[in-house]
Amino acid sequence: MVLIFGIPLQALLGQLLVGLINGSFYAMLSLGLAVIFGLLRIINFAHGALYMLGAFVGYLLLVYFSIGFWPSLILAPLAVGLFGIIIERVALSRLYDLDHLYGLLFTFGLALVIEGTFRYYFGASGQPYAMPALLSSGTNLGFMFLPNYRVFIVVASLVVCIATWFLIEKTRLGAYLRAATENPTLVRVFGINVPLLLTVTYGLGAALAGLAGILAAPIYQVSPLMGTNIVIVVFAVVVVGGMGSIGGAIIMGYMLGIFEGLTKVFYPEASNIVIFVIMAIVLLIRPAGLFGKIT
Amino acid sequence: MSEGRNLLSVRGLNAWYGGGHALHGVDLDVHKGETVTLIGRNGVGKTTTLRAIMGIIAKRTGEVRFDGQDLMTVPLHRIAHRGIGFVPEERGIFATLTVEENLFLPPLIAKGGISIDEIYELFPNLKERRASAGIQLSGGEQQMLAIARILRSGVKLLLLDEPTEGLAPVIVQRIGEILRTVKARGMTVLLVEQNFQFAAKVADRFYLMDQGLVVESFPTSELLARQAKLNEFLGV
Repeated sequence: MVLIFGIPLQALLGQLLVGLINGSFYAMLSLGLAVIFGLLRIINFAHGALYMLGAFVGYLLLVYFSIGFWPSLILAPLAVGLFGIIIERVALSRLYDLDHLYGLLFTFGLALVIEGTFRYYFGASGQPYAMPALLSSGTNLGFMFLPNYRVFIVVASLVVCIATWFLIEKTRLGAYLRAATENPTLVRVFGINVPLLLTVTYGLGAALAGLAGILAAPIYQVSPLMGTNIVIVVFAVVVVGGMGSIGGAIIMGYMLGIFEGLTKVFYPEASNIVIFVIMAIVLLIRPAGLFGKIT
Repeated sequence: MSEGRNLLSVRGLNAWYGGGHALHGVDLDVHKGETVTLIGRNGVGKTTTLRAIMGIIAKRTGEVRFDGQDLMTVPLHRIAHRGIGFVPEERGIFATLTVEENLFLPPLIAKGGISIDEIYELFPNLKERRASAGIQLSGGEQQMLAIARILRSGVKLLLLDEPTEGLAPVIVQRIGEILRTVKARGMTVLLVEQNFQFAAKVADRFYLMDQGLVVESFPTSELLARQAKLNEFLGV
């Protein structure tokens, strides 16, 4: 058996893959948080609940309408994005002129309401969601077994992250978003409908969370608490990457996921706290985050 | 002053700024193709007048008409589409956007704007630096970019707030040339300016403001005769 630092290669690669999978979800979720924070200046505590909603939309479509994974991959983000748009129009848009704390408190309360509602109807235990048949097998690489669905998640999340990065950094719409982040009044003076831009942005961030949720459904269980568990880690990722930094959120999402996986190999006791330890160190050395700009 | 030639007409404009009453009933007219300059000491409401016309200051009363149409009820992001462009005193260059992204930010609102090729001809520096981030530009380049991006959008009226402030004489001269070029193309300009010499070269008429009101109006031809009195009034 091959050993690296006294660890079997198989265990190392296995945890590396687990880390990469977790990192894929961290990246997609922290990306949405960063996009929302960048433009709306709202710390979206409901992000975990939106992620959970995405998984549940897929689950409910399957149970009640026999609609499978592939259509849900489109329908779940659409539904969650639409929900986000309604939330922004009805509530968040009224909070922009107030202290940022109100946005945080509102989204925190919203998360509790959504999660409480689902807990009431579905209980705290998870519901299984079958893996799509097309991806249910795996590939034996000789030194380890590689499940196809996990490869799919890594590829899908990379595609989504790169596409979002491209949309924001390289397109005209992205230039509007970045300009509105700097000086929303002047962007409106130029004739751009900034309130609409804010609505679309929140909808996009919510859709990203919904997409992460439906992707997570086959490997984690569909549970009302799945968002609560992940959102705290995702906030740590955003803080390490730098609030509002798109690239920072993506890169740190993957890196911290892998770091967490490796910690499970070398010192499993610390794997649950390693991301928070890193966050504390980064906050001490670079309070604006590794990719954040000090303002 | 027949109504027909009036592009912008402001009557009894009041505005409140952070609790203070800043404008107390401003009246002014800008005719098609004219360059009109607002002068006055610091804090008399020149910038506030531009911002209130544009609708950036929401707390305002009175009448603002553009091309005969009421602007008071138009939402901020629809004003530009009527044909008004605003170049703020602080220039408002977006630091995280490239020069080119800054240039293309204001949407095209009408035909007859200056094409990007012409813009680069008028502002060769901007062409050279089109891939640079906005934050890397010098003060003069920022001002050029702030004017250029509005000219590209095809507006009919340009509100220009102290374009020469803090800039080197050679750049001030260049801005003067650009203003004369766009005036020759029929652009209407409402300018706020402290630099008399500069204003005299580009303006057709002057409005003198004091304590939130327009107190005098005179053509540029009378500027010399009034110079001594104005200098005293403005404390130059």
